[in-house]
Amino acid sequence: MMTRRDAMKKTALLTAVTALPWLLRNQTQAADAAPAGSFTLPPLPYAFDALEPYIDARTMEIHHDKHHQTYVGNLNKAVAGQASLAGKSVEDLLRDLSAVPEDVRKVVQNNGGGVANHNLYWQCLKKNEGGKPAGELAKAIEKKWGSYDNFKAEFTKAGMTQFGSGWAWLSLDGRQLVIEQSPNQDTPLSKGRVPLLAMDVWEHAYYLKYQNRRADYVAAFYNVINWDFVSERYAKLAS
Amino acid sequence: MEHKLPALPFAKDALAPIISAETIDYHYGKHHATYVANLNKLIPGTEFENLTLDQIVKKATPGGLFNNAAQVWNHTFYWNCLSPKGGGEPTGALADAIKKAFGTFAQFQEKFAATAVGTFGSGWAWLVKNPDGSLAIESTSNAGTPLTTAKKPLLTCDVWEHAYYIDYRNARAGYVEKFWKLANWSFVADNLK
Repeated sequence: MMTRRDAMKKTALLTAVTALPWLLRNQTQAADAAPAGSFTLPPLPYAFDALEPYIDARTMEIHHDKHHQTYVGNLNKAVAGQASLAGKSVEDLLRDLSAVPEDVRKVVQNNGGGVANHNLYWQCLKKNEGGKPAGELAKAIEKKWGSYDNFKAEFTKAGMTQFGSGWAWLSLDGRQLVIEQSPNQDTPLSKGRVPLLAMDVWEHAYYLKYQNRRADYVAAFYNVINWDFVSERYAKLAS
Repeated sequence: MEHKLPALPFAKDALAPIISAETIDYHYGKHHATYVANLNKLIPGTEFENLTLDQIVKKATPGGLFNNAAQVWNHTFYWNCLSPKGGGEPTGALADAIKKAFGTFAQFQEKFAATAVGTFGSGWAWLVKNPDGSLAIESTSNAGTPLTTAKKPLLTCDVWEHAYYIDYRNARAGYVEKFWKLANWSFVADNLK
């Protein structure tokens, strides 16, 4: 007959055994968890010249290897030693900038934005041979703007009227599509929205090929939107 | 009143190799000229039609008119801050005022360069005179200009990417370092008076 004391022992043992995988997992996670300051530059998912002639190889090389790399380096410097930020993804940081210590908040906003925005931008690009949005995204764009051409006109306006450095976005606000613009490296993530498509309108995105002619870059941009990626992103995030 | 693009105070190749003729072609011939053209499109039939450029910049609220007018003013000021005969160190009252505010000319340069390099995105670095006569360094974003404040602009460095991208690519610090070789101290000294 099991005494009360035995029962307690057994319970304790069971608890320990049950907790073991959790403990192990947690330890592993702790070991794997990125210490603050370990962000890396993802490789460009295609060759520098993959978007020619719409975006030239030299621009892609400097944009990815220099500009994007610099944001990664600066972000790592900014969060180094900030224990409260350890393990957070760059998106986590940007979604809640108020959780970032005030002395590094602006640097994280600027450079974290530079990291996340470019991560998305590269994925949004691929020569599309006249391709258009597909599936649910195509339907949602037609519902919201009437036609793909109307969407293009609105998106172009967002890119053209962003004075100075910044971005134009197709974002999800809840489950609604919205076109928006942001200055510098600000991201829709910090406003509670989810970016689906990013167009960089910093001069460094187009100056070597288009110089002051941002309008020509924006017109060319429609030839290199990876609509498969954006449509899948919409299907995944809006459902 | 139609606003005109002022003539460049030097030949377009005069600043090479620090600032190339190609950069000047775009920066002056396209960017600056476009701001002038946009300004002239925006003012007819408005209360700004017969104002001077300075008056428009001071009166306009944030938006397209302010951006274009202020960028016309900022660029004209910038060209005057550059000279193929520039460089060296300021003298006289300007040198004294810089030493009083920043310790040494080298310390001033260091602080001004840090402001220029640290201006995130498009903008300008400025040396200004405060209402009390002291000097200060500040940064403005996009078309921002000390002209709308009580401070008097003395010197500026354009750090929009279009000011240096053809010659320096992403290396803004390299452009700012070379900027000193073109700094037109006699213009800056006149502004201090």
